[in-house]
Amino acid sequence: MIPVAFEYERAESSEHALSLLVEHGDEAKLIAGGHSLVPLMKFRLAAPSVLVDIGRLTELSYVRDAGDHLAIGALTRHFDVEHDALVRSQCGLLAQATSQVGDPQVRHRGTIGGSVAHGDPASDVPSALLALRATMIITGPDGEREVAADDFFTGFLETAVSETELLTEIRVPKVPNAGWSFQKFNRRAQDWAIVGASVLVDGVNVGVGLVNMDSRPVRASAVEDAVRDGASAADASAHAADDRDAPSDLNANADFRAHLARVLVRRGLEASGQH
Amino acid sequence: MVADYVSTISRTEVKKLQIDLTVNGTIESHNVEARTLLVHYLRDNCGLTGTNVGCDSSSCGACTVHLDGEAVKSCTIFAAQVDGQSVTTIEGMAEADGTLHPMQEAFHANHGLQCGYCTPGMVMAATSLLKEIPDANEQQVREGLEGNLCRCTGYHNIVKSILACSEGGEK
Repeated sequence: MIPVAFEYERAESSEHALSLLVEHGDEAKLIAGGHSLVPLMKFRLAAPSVLVDIGRLTELSYVRDAGDHLAIGALTRHFDVEHDALVRSQCGLLAQATSQVGDPQVRHRGTIGGSVAHGDPASDVPSALLALRATMIITGPDGEREVAADDFFTGFLETAVSETELLTEIRVPKVPNAGWSFQKFNRRAQDWAIVGASVLVDGVNVGVGLVNMDSRPVRASAVEDAVRDGASAADASAHAADDRDAPSDLNANADFRAHLARVLVRRGLEASGQH
Repeated sequence: MVADYVSTISRTEVKKLQIDLTVNGTIESHNVEARTLLVHYLRDNCGLTGTNVGCDSSSCGACTVHLDGEAVKSCTIFAAQVDGQSVTTIEGMAEADGTLHPMQEAFHANHGLQCGYCTPGMVMAATSLLKEIPDANEQQVREGLEGNLCRCTGYHNIVKSILACSEGGEK
């Protein structure tokens, strides 16, 4: 399948990428690994007239210890996040969720920033970042701003990143002693999650992020509240689909998704040491 | 009418970019449209048709090649994105004298292929996997092949072939 023709611009730096975005406005689309965007372009569901390639911005590929959190560059590939010793020891949930993205070939190209900025409710990584209460750093012509994961995903494939901005870093609180679990239900290896759940239990702090349970990546805040109020895993997980507008498609209708969410969240809580 | 239509097409000729790649150790340089996918660059411009297009939507892995030594799906990468980088295709696996790569030899010895369509992608994925996990066990091989489909469902012998090359597999 051949995408609609476009003009190709390669950004040599973050500043260059931002100036290209300002120059081309909403005609332009950023491409990093391209593993969310290229399939959409091939199906002609997306047809940007200018592609700004930020794939060579190696200065945005890193994992750094920043005291109470890890700073992860937006261009860090899934493969590198998944195998990073710091991520594995400090934010094990993120390493595990990342290891379940697509397949090895996809993880060799896809980036954490690309996955997050795509804002797909069916994507694995955002659920972990929601559970971990990560913060996104967005850089624009006027400098940097911080957006909490809760405020980042604004709608179906929509995020807080505007047309002239670039997601540059993701800050993930370190939780070396937390219990965590990533649950993914799909029928075949490599498929998208029909439903997934990221669960983090760190003392009194509980985080539950859901995959494919709404039009955007969301937290199951009713479950978190119930656990905090002393509910058992079984009782708390009964609220996993509360207030959710789960999609219906060929894989599952909304009712089945709600059932899956309750089961996966219960398993996730139990695997995280919450009974 | 037809003439008008044709002239419209010719007026909207798309700008081309020069894309240089090292493919199997040879420098390739071709002028292609920005929307040219790596798999089409390899097949149509370089004439290397061992890399197959299967699903064309980054599921089946028949288009798997190595980019700077790592398995990637060439149907989901624009050639322009990897300008200047190094690509290895199935044609680059055997020695110049025709001696098969050990993984190709293992597929041959273990009947690791039936129709053969997925085989180039399987071999490229398998060699990348063993580079990352030289002593991969059966579980790791099966998980490492998540991105490659065999419509003949010949997975058993494919896994057997790869284990024959793994330091941790049965010999």
